[in-house]
Amino acid sequence: MNAAAPSIEMEEREPTSADGPASRRIVVGYGFWIFLLSDIIMFSAFFATYAVLNTATNGGPGPAQLFDTTNVAIETACLLASSFACGMASLAVAERNQTWTQISLLATGILGAAFLALELKEFASLVERGAGPTHSAFLSSFYTLVGCHGAHITAGLLWLGTMMAQFYAKGFRENIQHRYLCFSLFWHALDIIWIAIFSLVYLNGTRI
Amino acid sequence: MFGKLTWSAIPFDQPIPLGSSLVVGLILCAVLAWVFIKGHAPYVWREWITSVDHKRIGVMYCILALVMLIRGFIDALMMRSQQALAFHAPGYLPPEHYDQIFSAHGTIMIFFVAMPFVIGLMNFVIPLQLGVRDVAFPTLNSVSFWLTASGSFLVTISLVVGEFARTGWLAYPPLSELTYSPGVGVDYYLWALEISGIGTLMAGINMATTILKLRAPGLTYTRMPVFCWTSLASNLLIVAAFPILTAVLAMLLLDRYCDFHFFTNDAGGNPMMFVNLIWAWGHPEVYILILPAFGVFSEVIATFSGKPLFGYRSMVAATMVICILSFTVWLHHFFTMGAGGDVNAVFGILSMVIAVPTGVKIFNWLFTLYGGRVRYTAPMCWSVGFLVTFAIGGMTGVLLAVPPADFVLHNSLFLVAHFHNVIIGGVLFGAFAGYNYWFPKAFGFTLDERLGKAAFWFWFVGFWVTFVPLYMLGLMGMTRRMQHYDNPEWYPWTLLSMVGALLILTGITLQVVQLIVSIRTRDRRRDPTGDPWDGRTLEWSTPSPPPVFNFAVYPDVSGADAYWGMKSAKLAQEPDYTAIEIPKNTPTGFVAAFFATVTGFSLIWHIWWLVIVGLIGAYATFVVFAWRDESEYEISAEEVARIDRANREARTA
Repeated sequence: MNAAAPSIEMEEREPTSADGPASRRIVVGYGFWIFLLSDIIMFSAFFATYAVLNTATNGGPGPAQLFDTTNVAIETACLLASSFACGMASLAVAERNQTWTQISLLATGILGAAFLALELKEFASLVERGAGPTHSAFLSSFYTLVGCHGAHITAGLLWLGTMMAQFYAKGFRENIQHRYLCFSLFWHALDIIWIAIFSLVYLNGTRI
Repeated sequence: MFGKLTWSAIPFDQPIPLGSSLVVGLILCAVLAWVFIKGHAPYVWREWITSVDHKRIGVMYCILALVMLIRGFIDALMMRSQQALAFHAPGYLPPEHYDQIFSAHGTIMIFFVAMPFVIGLMNFVIPLQLGVRDVAFPTLNSVSFWLTASGSFLVTISLVVGEFARTGWLAYPPLSELTYSPGVGVDYYLWALEISGIGTLMAGINMATTILKLRAPGLTYTRMPVFCWTSLASNLLIVAAFPILTAVLAMLLLDRYCDFHFFTNDAGGNPMMFVNLIWAWGHPEVYILILPAFGVFSEVIATFSGKPLFGYRSMVAATMVICILSFTVWLHHFFTMGAGGDVNAVFGILSMVIAVPTGVKIFNWLFTLYGGRVRYTAPMCWSVGFLVTFAIGGMTGVLLAVPPADFVLHNSLFLVAHFHNVIIGGVLFGAFAGYNYWFPKAFGFTLDERLGKAAFWFWFVGFWVTFVPLYMLGLMGMTRRMQHYDNPEWYPWTLLSMVGALLILTGITLQVVQLIVSIRTRDRRRDPTGDPWDGRTLEWSTPSPPPVFNFAVYPDVSGADAYWGMKSAKLAQEPDYTAIEIPKNTPTGFVAAFFATVTGFSLIWHIWWLVIVGLIGAYATFVVFAWRDESEYEISAEEVARIDRANREARTA
């Protein structure tokens, strides 16, 4: 039986792109991209819920009465500037420049924290006006969607601090650079999600 | 200090849960005592608990699944016996206990039996079939496993501390909202699934990256074994579906913990949102389970027919079509919601369409058998049993996909019989086929064939004797989840179903006996060549059990059925051996899961300070891991050469 077995494609070996396992840097970045896709799918579940529930105001205020676009514009500016600083940090990491890495990461963090503070301020003022998350299904879905992004920013800030400490204590070791690659992907992906929130929740909401 | 947790949480007045948890606790203590007294503890810690080796982690996933299978099956026996006794009588299980049992049965069987079993098989087999040394992220793999174990621990502990959900395995609101389920049962359900769900998501990311980025030279997509293809589809589905589960359970948690209004009856909440979202995860989930099983059957049938798989390309295409279609049919789980005739028609037709690629697969397997020299080993028995069982289960599924029929049959035992028909006949038979097939690869000796076949026959006959009565009862109008009834026409069928459950019990007992007998007679059943079945794919080119590095040098793949080609061309010349870097074992996964368990448990019981302790612990674990300076150790070229030469000699002898 062995002898009769056809040796499949033994002769016609074509040149292939699969030259064995990919490098560590590619594997890490690729895996993290897949994680980001899954994270975006999680957000899409919250977006879908918001889309379904945003008219369920339970007799209370709707999007048009609540959102302050000026505050949101400043938040957006902070977040985009934070991403720019994160990009600068990537360049500094590539140059292995400790000073500029730390300075740009610090700027990334401060701008991210400013975004978070503004968001919390917005939430606090809404709650003060009686529009807390327990009032209606619309508000529940609003706080959850926007708050989930805020929770990601918070986790990102914690990660950022750990990242700065790693660069400081361990230098530009290869696996730490890979981790930084993941962090910067994460930080930029949060921008993309924020732009969706900005357009679908705030711009769309104030137009109604 | 301890939130809602008081002594009244322990069910001293209910002998059944208390007694069974005492037994489980005693067994656990006995095992631990044996490990410590015999001095195995350091070995278990160093080589298993802290292991980041995909083979060890795969084996641990399968052990977890087998243990939880016994737990879930005891629930099933209790349900069958309750219904057999509860004709014109209360039976022996009060309603609130019976409700917990069917909820726990479904939750355990899907999340802590079927999932760990298929993930365990994928973990063990994929890197070996791809010809590589490990998965993409070995430490993350360990974290994933231990988070799954953490979830099953929480479900198990609910037996004795507090209660489990009484809401069914998907915890539909508004029943699962705080108003109607004020106890901790639903919280146990939610936190256990959130924790293990994150573990599963990370396992999916890990496996998908492994298959897409780590393959031996020359192993192009069109040369990948079908098991790798179906696993790729399954893991892509995990990546795309599990985040929805995380999100929807998080919303229910917010409803319960923070008085939000996603799914409540009041304040604009919409319970049907939950049903939609959970099935947007839940339907892909059934394909996450069945696709790897399809892969197992493809490997087993090809190997034991002595032929390459018939229609490789159509098999791959069918797999990917199922992968996409699985996201387009979720509404058939609630045709009766009232979405309207047009919507129901679209989803009904799509549900029927998904039977087409599945039919392609069935015919491919049949044509692989056709003209082959079929060896009826135990894995082959499970595979042929699957072909028969799954085809019928699939057809009752197509029947249920017709909305008017579904309006009659929904929520009846007909539905219960249908999904057991595909999950037992598909996923579980596949898992058992894989278990018998790859066991010698994992441990270096084969399982007893005679007992394996006997177990199969008891399972197979037992399955039909249990579930044909449920089909009949469903057609006779018996709804699912009934604690008692008074219709005399149903009574003989529930008795017959009980007999079937006892046959399955015999099958499970025989599997346990098979394992024990095989271990005791292992010296007679060694597999010195590493290729006990005359296999076709790369895992059979390694020694059994494979060394920690799997392959001394990356195999150079030049066709489909890579190892078959190598065997036909005789073993290649001895390569130049080089030293191999292997990731170091680390307790990170175990410690992280420990803190996840602490956090989950204290969230369930509202012990807020302990939640904070748990979260800080998890973060500290992450930092300690990040600070690690040496992540790999080296195996010298001489050692690699020694292991590989021994394997080569065994094969040529």
